[in-house]
Amino acid sequence: MAMTTRQRARLSKIIQIVIFLGVIVAVVLQVDWRILGDNFFAFDKLGPIFPELITVGLKNTLYYTVISFAFGLALGLLLALMKMASFAPYRWFATGFIEFFRGVPAILVLIAFGYGVPTAFPGTSWPQPVVVMVSLGLVSAAYIAETLRAGLQAVPKGQIEAARSLGMPAWRAMVTIVIPQAFKIVLPPMTNEIILLTKDSSLAFILGASMAQYEMTKIGRDGITSLGAGITPLIVAGAFYLVITIPLSLIARKFESRSARTKR
Amino acid sequence: MSDNNTQTTFKASGVDIRGLHKSYGDNEVLKGIDLEVKPGEVVCLIGPSGSGKSTLLRCVNLLEQPNAGVIHVGGFDATDLDVDLDKMRQKVGMVFQQFNLFPHLTVLQNCTVAQTKVLKRPAAQAKETAQKNLNRVGLGDFGDRYPDQLSGGQQQRVAIARALSMDPTLMLFDEPTSALDPETVGEVLAIMRSLAKGGMTMLVVTHEMSFAKEVADRVIFMDGGVVVEQGPAKEVIGNPQQPRTQDFLKRVLDPTHVEIAE
Repeated sequence: MAMTTRQRARLSKIIQIVIFLGVIVAVVLQVDWRILGDNFFAFDKLGPIFPELITVGLKNTLYYTVISFAFGLALGLLLALMKMASFAPYRWFATGFIEFFRGVPAILVLIAFGYGVPTAFPGTSWPQPVVVMVSLGLVSAAYIAETLRAGLQAVPKGQIEAARSLGMPAWRAMVTIVIPQAFKIVLPPMTNEIILLTKDSSLAFILGASMAQYEMTKIGRDGITSLGAGITPLIVAGAFYLVITIPLSLIARKFESRSARTKR
Repeated sequence: MSDNNTQTTFKASGVDIRGLHKSYGDNEVLKGIDLEVKPGEVVCLIGPSGSGKSTLLRCVNLLEQPNAGVIHVGGFDATDLDVDLDKMRQKVGMVFQQFNLFPHLTVLQNCTVAQTKVLKRPAAQAKETAQKNLNRVGLGDFGDRYPDQLSGGQQQRVAIARALSMDPTLMLFDEPTSALDPETVGEVLAIMRSLAKGGMTMLVVTHEMSFAKEVADRVIFMDGGVVVEQGPAKEVIGNPQQPRTQDFLKRVLDPTHVEIAE
């Protein structure tokens, strides 16, 4: 029986849906719901981790993210400008820095600053927030620098020429004309960077701090051993990460559509 | 456009260029240019693409750094290493082929930003000056628009108003109508004509021969990085003496009858 192209496309869609549903049904039938519930969704046993998960964990996650991002943004802007500088040693330094901290796992940097620095310089010991800020800040600065450089260079050269022709010094053209336009370009990748940082702040658990410095993942992990609710505490902690990251995405999207209106 | 504004006369300054050389690597674009523009004079630079006319124009406000030669612009020695370039550029308006309006600012802000940030004029005075110049180019009601909401011709008129808002004593035009749709070329040329009537010193790179013939005091034909011929506009365009000028003008004025050598 011959089929038209449209009939064939419809049949193909139906087959895809049937396979998809079939896979889901097969998985659902395999699951032992009682054990799953005890290990993943035992919300009734979570009493002891509240309110600390929020008052300490969520607060510290946000705190670590914000200070790391602020440090990373400042350093990243400096590195981006160095990478575009005409003075070659600046470019070499920026390139070396970016390649190094982009290529090394963030957790190694945390260990280096958390344990390496006090060992190498006896007597120095940084408070945990400082270690987190410096370590994650250095790593994110490497990514942010590349994002900012791309954004700054995406602004057409004619914009700088027009600004300089009006008598603006180079720094003024940068601040008033180039950076505001670059900001709109880098907003989506920057949102990515903050979201990555939010999640990377969970690495602070390896520093083994006092209760007041725990962030959400640490509290969730401790809950696994103490509550007898399986990994339910981590599931809940994970949900709170989404509480931070999803609004971030929504705000960024709002900004984007607004700037899309003024600059097509 | 209000008439009393178009009749304003300008404080004008001249340009004096001696022995200008400019190379990009091994490619010598300007091979010793001498050029004088007197205060209030309108000079059009014509010539085939690649002849160096845009580079010459961009050297006048040091958007391109010359390799040798001297450029005097309105009392400034532009090639002196100690010259305050920013101060000099405030007096030299530049209009680009691609307009280069600031897309994140409104039309009015495009015309006020340099006044407030560079000349440190109070906001109210800057706005008044900007509005006066927008009126002059016939876009007094467009202050709240963004550049991408305007046609090419309107954008170029805003670019002219933006430059005028700095009260320049000299205006440079780099092929101001080359990127425009044909039907909007006239409105930009009309503004330029009125500036010329107002006594503005103008150095214009253009392919609009009828404009050059009508408005320019003097026309300079460039080819291969040198000045081939110059003189009163009507003579150079109407009765060119040099073979290269004759050939170029024939191609520009009568493009449907150009013969291609096999």
